[in-house]
Amino acid sequence: MAETFETLQATAQAREDTLNSGLRIRVGVALCGEAAGAFEVLEALNAEVASRGLAASVQEVGCIGLCYAEPLVDIQLPNGSRVFYRNVTTEDLPAILDAVSSANFRPTDKILGTLGDAGVAGLPKIEDTPQWKYQIRIATRNTGTVDPGEIQEYIVAGGYTGLAKALASMTQEELIEEVKTSGLRGRGGAAFPTGVKWGFLQGSKRPNKYVLVNCEEGDPGAYNDKGLVESDPHTVVEGTIIAGFATGSNYGYIFIRHGHVGPIRRAQGAIKQAYEMGLLGQNILGSGYNFDMEVALTGDSYVAGEETALMEAIEGKRSMPRARPPFPAQSGVWANPSNINNVKTVSYVPEIVRRGGEWFSEIGYERSKGTAVLCLSGDVNYPGMYEVPFGLTLGQVVNEIAGGTASGKDVKLLQTGGPLGGVLGSDSLEIMLDYEGMSAAGAILGSGGIIVGADDICVVDLARTLVAFCQFESCGKCFPCRLGMTHLVEMLERIAANNGRPGDLDLMRSTGKTMAMGSLCGHGQLGFNPISSALKFFEEDFHVHLEEGRCPTGSCNGAFHRPTRTRPLATAEWYAKEEYAAP
Amino acid sequence: MVEATDTLRARVVSAIMAQPQRTVTVLSSLLAIEEELGYIPPQAIDEVATREGVTVNDVWAVASFYTNFRFTPPGNHIVEVCWGPTCHLMGAQSLLEQVQNALGMDGEGDTPDGNVTLKYNTCLGACAQAPVVATDHHLYGRATSAVVDRLLTKIKDGA
Repeated sequence: MAETFETLQATAQAREDTLNSGLRIRVGVALCGEAAGAFEVLEALNAEVASRGLAASVQEVGCIGLCYAEPLVDIQLPNGSRVFYRNVTTEDLPAILDAVSSANFRPTDKILGTLGDAGVAGLPKIEDTPQWKYQIRIATRNTGTVDPGEIQEYIVAGGYTGLAKALASMTQEELIEEVKTSGLRGRGGAAFPTGVKWGFLQGSKRPNKYVLVNCEEGDPGAYNDKGLVESDPHTVVEGTIIAGFATGSNYGYIFIRHGHVGPIRRAQGAIKQAYEMGLLGQNILGSGYNFDMEVALTGDSYVAGEETALMEAIEGKRSMPRARPPFPAQSGVWANPSNINNVKTVSYVPEIVRRGGEWFSEIGYERSKGTAVLCLSGDVNYPGMYEVPFGLTLGQVVNEIAGGTASGKDVKLLQTGGPLGGVLGSDSLEIMLDYEGMSAAGAILGSGGIIVGADDICVVDLARTLVAFCQFESCGKCFPCRLGMTHLVEMLERIAANNGRPGDLDLMRSTGKTMAMGSLCGHGQLGFNPISSALKFFEEDFHVHLEEGRCPTGSCNGAFHRPTRTRPLATAEWYAKEEYAAP
Repeated sequence: MVEATDTLRARVVSAIMAQPQRTVTVLSSLLAIEEELGYIPPQAIDEVATREGVTVNDVWAVASFYTNFRFTPPGNHIVEVCWGPTCHLMGAQSLLEQVQNALGMDGEGDTPDGNVTLKYNTCLGACAQAPVVATDHHLYGRATSAVVDRLLTKIKDGA
C-alpha cells in the first residue's frame, strides 16, 4: 500500500535534516566529471574520510554544469554554505580535509568559491561569477546538488509535488492549458509548442497511447540530455508521468543510446524507486491513474534520434525514418498514438505545474519562453553546461559565460545546433539567443550545443569533419542523402588536400539541393547546412584552397582520419555456415 | 580462443532471457548479447529469430544496421578516440594519428595479435573535457600525447 505523499515528504525531510547536521561532501561523477578523473578522486576521498574517522557523508552527484572545474569536490558545512574545490586530484585531498577540519579553507588556489547565502568569509562567491550569475536554473535546478540515486533528496527539493498537484486537482485540459500558458516549446530543436503537441494526443480515444522521451542525443557538442538524466533523473520521470496524465497515455519510454552507463543506470534506478514509492504503476497516489514506464535502449545510430526512426528502434527494428503522414500522434509506436518530447522539455514540466505557466512565461524573450540549457565547448576558457534565459546575445554567452577563447586568439566561428546546424561567423555574436533571432540569422539552436572555434581553424577542415559525421551516420534509406553525403565528403577532402576542381563549389551546391529535396528526414534535408553556412560566412577559405593551393590557417594540412567502414560486414565464418551457403 | 559452441549458445540464451525490461525486441536482445559477449556470433542471430518469431533476415537487418554490432570477438582492450567536432577542434586528429602509429594500424579495427580494438567514436559525451579518449570504456579528458602514451603503455603491459 502506497503511503500518502505527505508521509513521503516527511520521511525525506527527516533524512535530509540528519545529513545536513553534519559535513556533507559531494563529488560530481557525471560524464565530464568521469573524463576529468572524478571516480579516482571519489574513491580516494572515501578512503581518506574513513581512515580519519571523519563524521561526514560522501555522496556521488551529477553535473552542476561547471565542467571546466571538474573534478569538483563540494563540501557543505552544517550552516548550509557549500565550499567548492576545483580540478581536484587525489594528492589534494589530505590538505583539503585538514583545512575543512580546522575551518581554514586551503589550498586557496584550489578553491572555486562558495554557494549559498551565508557564504564563507574571505572566499569568493560562485554566484558572482559570469558562469553563474546569468543562469536561471529550472531544468537543471537540482543537478549537482541532489543525489541522483536517491528519490528522497528529489522529494525534499520539491520533487513530485507537481505530479501530486496535477493528479489531485487538475484535469487533462487544465494541464494542457497550463503548459500552453507557459509558452514552453520543444527543446529537441524543432521548438514546437509542447502544450499544442500534447493536445494532439489528448483528443484521441485509442486505448493505448505512449509518451516517448528522447535522450538519444547523438549530437556531438551537446550533452545536456544525458547530463540531465544522469544528474537529476527524477525530474525526467516526474515530467514524463505528468505528460502521460495530460495526454491520457499509460506507458512511457525513456530512450537512451546503449553504452551510456551513467544515464542508463540513473534512469533505471529512478524508475524503480518511483514504483516503490507508488509514484508509478497502478493508482498513482490514490488518484486512480495508471502509468508504467521503462528505459529503451538503441544501438549506435545518430538518426535514431529522429522521432519516427526512434519509434522504429523502440519496436526493435532498423532506426530508419518513416514517411509522414501519418504523424506520431495518429500512428506512432506499434501504430498507436505517441507523443515524443525531448528530455529537456519534460524536465521543465514539474516546475511549470508546481509554480504555474504564468511564472514560466515571464522568463525569456518574446516567443522564446524560459531558458536554454547550453553546452559550451571548444576553444573557450569555461566550457560547461549552463542554463540561461532566452534573450542574451551569443556574444554574452561566448565572451562572458564561456570567458572567450582559451587560446587567446579571436573567435572565428560558432558551430551550433549539432552537425546539421552548420557554422556561424564571428559577426553572429550580435545575434540574440532565441528561436526567432537564431533562425532569422540562418542558425539553429538545436539542442543547445555551441562549439567555439578561433581564427586558427580553416572552415574547410571543420566542414569536412561535420560532413564526414553526417555521411557516416546517414541511415541509407534515401539515396540523395546516402550518396550525396559521400560525394560531399569526397569533394571536401580533395579541396582540403588542395586538389579541388574548378566546378567543385557549384557541384556541392547542386548536390546539396538534391539532398534537401529528396530526403525523408532532417538528416538529408539539412545535411548540406555545414557547407552552405561555411560558404556563406567563409567562402574565402575555400577559394584560398582552390585558387592558391594552400590552407589559409594550416589546419587542413595534417592527416584526416574518419571512419571508412560505415556498416559492419559479415565474416567468412558467417558464410561458411551450411544453411547460409550459396547453393 | 574459440569458445565451445554449446557454451556460447547457452550464454546467448541466458543474455536474451536475463533482460530486465518489459519490452523485449530484436534490437534489445542483440544489445544484451553484445553486452554479454562483446560481439554477435551466428548462433545469436538464430536464437533471436526463433525467440522473437521473425526470420533470420529480419534479425540480420538490425544487426548489420547499428554500427556498434560486430561479428567477431573484440580485442582484449578497446581504445576509442573521439573525433566529434569539439574534439576535432581541440586536436583529436593528432591523437588518432598517434594511436594508429603506436598500434601499427591505418584505420579502425583490431591489431593482428588481437590485443587491441581501435574505434573512432562520433561523440563520447564529455565535450567540455575535449579531446577525449577512452580505454575499456573509461573516459580520459583533456587528453594529450603524453596521456595517450601512458594509456597505451598500460594496455601493452597488462596484456
